[in-house]
Amino acid sequence: MLQAVTSANRESGDQPWVGRSIERVEDAALLAGRGRFIDDLGVAPGTLHATILRSPHAHADILSIDVDAAKSLPGVAAVLTGTDVKAVTTSLVVGVKAPVECWPIAMDRVRYVGEPVAIVVAIDRARAEDAAELINVEYRPRGAVVDPLGAIVSGAPVLHDGFPGNLASDRSFRYGDPEKAFAEAPHRFSIDIRYPRNSCTPIETYGVVASHDAGEDAFEVLANFQGPFSIHTVIARALKVPGNRLRLRTPPDSGGSFGVKQGVFPYIVLIAAAARITGRPVKWIEDRLEHLTASVSATNRATTLSAAVAADGKILALDWDQVEDCGAHLRAPEPATLYRMHGNLTGAYDIRNVKIRNRVVVTNKTPTGLNRGFGGPQVYFALERLVQRIAIGLRLDPLDVIKRNLIGAGSFPYRTATGALLDSGNYQEAVARAVEHGRLAELKARRDEARAQGRLYGIGFTAVVEPSVSNMGYITTVLTAAERRKAGPKNGAQATATVGLDPVGSVTVHVASVPQGQGHRTVLSQVVADVFGLAPKDIRVNTEIDTAKDAWSIASGNYASRFAAAVAGTAKIAAERVAGRLARIAASQLNVEAADIVFAKGFVASKRNPENRIAFSRVAALSHWSPGSLPDEAGQTIRETAFWTPPELTPPDEDDRINSSLCHGFIFDFCGVEIDRVTLGTRIDRYVTMHDCGTILHPGMVNGQIRGGFAQALGAALLEEYAYAEDGSFLTGTLADYLLPTTTEVPEPEIFHMETPSPFTPLGAKGVGEGNCMSTPVCLANAVADALGVADITLPLVPARLAELVRGAEPPPPAGGASAAAVRGGDRRLRGEGQTAVKGAPEQVWAMLLDPATLQSVIPGCQRVDKITETHFRADVTLGIGPVTGRYRADVELFDLDAPRTATLRGRATGALGFGNAEGRIMLAPDGNGGTTLTYSYDAAIGGKVASIGGRLLDGATRVIIGQFFTALARKAGGGGAEGAGFSLFALLAKLGSLFGGRR
Amino acid sequence: MTRLKADQRHAVRFSLNGKPVEDEAEPRMLLSDFLRHQLGATGTHVGCEHGVCGACTVVVDGMLTRSCLTLAAQVDGCELKTVEGLAPSADRLGVLQQAFRRNHALQCGFCTAGILMSLDHYLSRHPTPSEAEIRDLLSGHICRCTGYTPIIQAALEAAAELTSSKKETSNA
Ligand code: FES
Ligand code: FES
Repeated sequence: MLQAVTSANRESGDQPWVGRSIERVEDAALLAGRGRFIDDLGVAPGTLHATILRSPHAHADILSIDVDAAKSLPGVAAVLTGTDVKAVTTSLVVGVKAPVECWPIAMDRVRYVGEPVAIVVAIDRARAEDAAELINVEYRPRGAVVDPLGAIVSGAPVLHDGFPGNLASDRSFRYGDPEKAFAEAPHRFSIDIRYPRNSCTPIETYGVVASHDAGEDAFEVLANFQGPFSIHTVIARALKVPGNRLRLRTPPDSGGSFGVKQGVFPYIVLIAAAARITGRPVKWIEDRLEHLTASVSATNRATTLSAAVAADGKILALDWDQVEDCGAHLRAPEPATLYRMHGNLTGAYDIRNVKIRNRVVVTNKTPTGLNRGFGGPQVYFALERLVQRIAIGLRLDPLDVIKRNLIGAGSFPYRTATGALLDSGNYQEAVARAVEHGRLAELKARRDEARAQGRLYGIGFTAVVEPSVSNMGYITTVLTAAERRKAGPKNGAQATATVGLDPVGSVTVHVASVPQGQGHRTVLSQVVADVFGLAPKDIRVNTEIDTAKDAWSIASGNYASRFAAAVAGTAKIAAERVAGRLARIAASQLNVEAADIVFAKGFVASKRNPENRIAFSRVAALSHWSPGSLPDEAGQTIRETAFWTPPELTPPDEDDRINSSLCHGFIFDFCGVEIDRVTLGTRIDRYVTMHDCGTILHPGMVNGQIRGGFAQALGAALLEEYAYAEDGSFLTGTLADYLLPTTTEVPEPEIFHMETPSPFTPLGAKGVGEGNCMSTPVCLANAVADALGVADITLPLVPARLAELVRGAEPPPPAGGASAAAVRGGDRRLRGEGQTAVKGAPEQVWAMLLDPATLQSVIPGCQRVDKITETHFRADVTLGIGPVTGRYRADVELFDLDAPRTATLRGRATGALGFGNAEGRIMLAPDGNGGTTLTYSYDAAIGGKVASIGGRLLDGATRVIIGQFFTALARKAGGGGAEGAGFSLFALLAKLGSLFGGRR
Repeated sequence: MTRLKADQRHAVRFSLNGKPVEDEAEPRMLLSDFLRHQLGATGTHVGCEHGVCGACTVVVDGMLTRSCLTLAAQVDGCELKTVEGLAPSADRLGVLQQAFRRNHALQCGFCTAGILMSLDHYLSRHPTPSEAEIRDLLSGHICRCTGYTPIIQAALEAAAELTSSKKETSNA
């Protein structure tokens, strides 16, 4: 069922523009192909293009980097390694106090797959990529850790000496008297959660264009960065210039962000450094593989949550133990994901006793950063799964447990145990309306009917509080009170907005909100049109940011759902200030009191006598044309910049209570899902989502945010995971591996609204963009748990995982033959064995195997073979697996030679696209007819790009190649001659070394 | 078959939205890059460069084509239609585009060009599609912003409007 939300544009009347779904001013250009995204904009003549060579290893020392061949390629301007970057920058700041550095490029060690190792700058992108292929990096692999709990066991490989035991932070908190509550409560419930890694991955990737003026030592950067502009200070510091020498601008359009484009900032440092070193502007556009592998992701988290519970389901205390995995570096603003929700760890519930232990660990995965929902999905998955478990444990209805614990309607503003000040709401009313309008009773009947027919059908519930407008000081909760005293207070969230009037009286608005598709320009035109009595089309809005010219603060940018609540309100304040002055001017012209002035329908008029009026544009232009004849107290009306920071956003107090966000919307969701008994695919039958986000400024856009968040959350629940192998190889490097929801999976959610205005924001609005990313994953999980009757649910709910829950783990397939099979899920080592008959005596076959000329002629894609010693070969091979064709250097050594009977081979293949290791044993035996029986076994593993991109294809590709290999062998050997008879031990090993592997 | 030299630029000529265009390209240059960076037709976007997201979809000789999986040299002599060719004039939007705007079927607009091309192509051949057919057609496009349902609504509305206006014209 589709709910039509068509625009209401044309009706006239005196209703305000705010609250109407007018058509977006952004759309005409975007629909006609005239958007101006970063890669659509031209660059200065002579601009160079960068490409980045990245680590195929999760953890390794860099022994050497040979860039000579790359540098000498025509068109290449520079090849930069860590040393070159270090010469012109300093380390990025790290968010906790510890002796660690955080560079945007590997120095002498790589710590995650995809970490930049070298930057090639050339006259075009293709040439830069050609040159990157020619760089030879020698690595010495180290042990890798990918699991947050595995990272903190003793003996685990350590990533940074400054984080002993991989622990970057360990803080405990206590609010109320949790020990007493747990001791006295009749029930205790507990849940262990592993929240997976995923990302809202925008469809436009990162882009940066940077230049450097050596004369003034000043940088100019254009990037599709989204803020927060606190990061501007991090970038400037890394580039070793004061903030006024880093001019950071954003393009007019940005192709989505959802937090993710905050993560472009390390690349701003790298590309700016490249511009400084080459003395030319440098442009870099990220590709999709880079984006999935190494841009940024949400944190994965291991949580144990316990609750002390009364017999009626009332939660008396919570005990949180959260282990946050921030990947290989603790990049600013992390560990913010963990602390963003600190004031909201009791969710929508009235729980006065809370105990928390927060640990932040580093692992050999991509560093984390902002992602829609930011800490919310991780927290609510644990909390709302636990609420369902409490209901089951006490034989109560889950909805009753939710209702029993909701904060009372009369208690707002409500201070949570951990310090948040919940501004407004009526949660009971919202639940009641959702239950009625969403037809819960009927949904339950559907469930009963489905179950009666033996179908797997379940219902899930969630209640969440959606925080918005972050307190810039919440992250300091990671420091102790003493450390905070030393560092000085951090708090607030300055929003800025500028309203300007030009000499013909037309209105321009500028804000530093950096939208990525949310239609800020349209909403601001509504807000300001209402103040001036104009129509939105009369207001021109600019949302690009230029830190050299615009009003901005560290809080500027597009994150924490702050637009409607903070930025739009600030624009209103700026417009009202201008309107106040215009009113005085108009009053003097119309000979009335300023209090009698009204702005309506393009005129400034007397309320009492509407005929007594003057055109808005005339009054508005006076400050330009005749400032001398304006009443003194009116001041100028050319430009007004308003700044607004809510007083409620105070720093953490001595007891670690923190009002982490200004506004708190409420969401209540429920859904019915059916799981197919055969495919174990999850189908959403109905999804009901009730929102109270305060005053709604533009219903169409609010629903757009809800639908978009819902679709992303559905992906997180059912499909998406940034998957890593145990050795840290990244396995989901294409959109065919990292599955995003499409039209076939996403239904229309049934959206309901209630409006309880926020008393803390100028327009009464609250944020709305992130809520479903918090509520929907756990709501679907609760429904699936209900359908299957299982206690433990781990996302994403892919059919294979549900199959394990329902049918138990799948037994490993029988080994043997030439077919390669992964031994078990998560183990990428491939083992196999086989046997074949070859014509020709063992001695002949043996000699062929050791002859480089023969090898070169029979190995497909082989450019050359060098014999280093009698038993050591090196070769250049070009291999293609699915979409990935690349050059590899293979190195094979033979051991335990017993000519002409047995040999052990150890091989390694490395290339820009990945690496492989293999070990094999070959046995030759006379078959009694003058031929040879050849038996082999192997054990191989691969990593790097091939694993990220080609993972799905490897099993199949392997089988095909082995099949072809033996066909060729049989054919050639069939001729009987030793010369050219094609079995090649080397070829087999080179293939195995570079190919074998499998996913999951 | 003509053989192109890998390290040389070759002339590529085709018709783009009804107008002849010509430039040079290395054999390895993708059509998406050729359109965007050589011809300045930046309305076609690139989201994945491996054929999954659909952002780069254009019409080549009447066939929906992923321009990121097509070489510029392959379309020499062909007729291409891109998003820039959809609107009746620079200051007006077509029926489908208007339906998108009315229904808030775009947010960032990065995916939109590809989706419009698929729909424009499909609706001209299937004037009365069902919701299921539209969902099926668009399953080859990824949109990260909208949650898809406004897009489907816009497509159905546009289809209805296009057929009724056609009926009116034929009745007249
Ligand atoms: S860019 Fe062509 S399909 Fe994604
Ligand atoms: S509108 Fe942003 S990806 Fe579709």
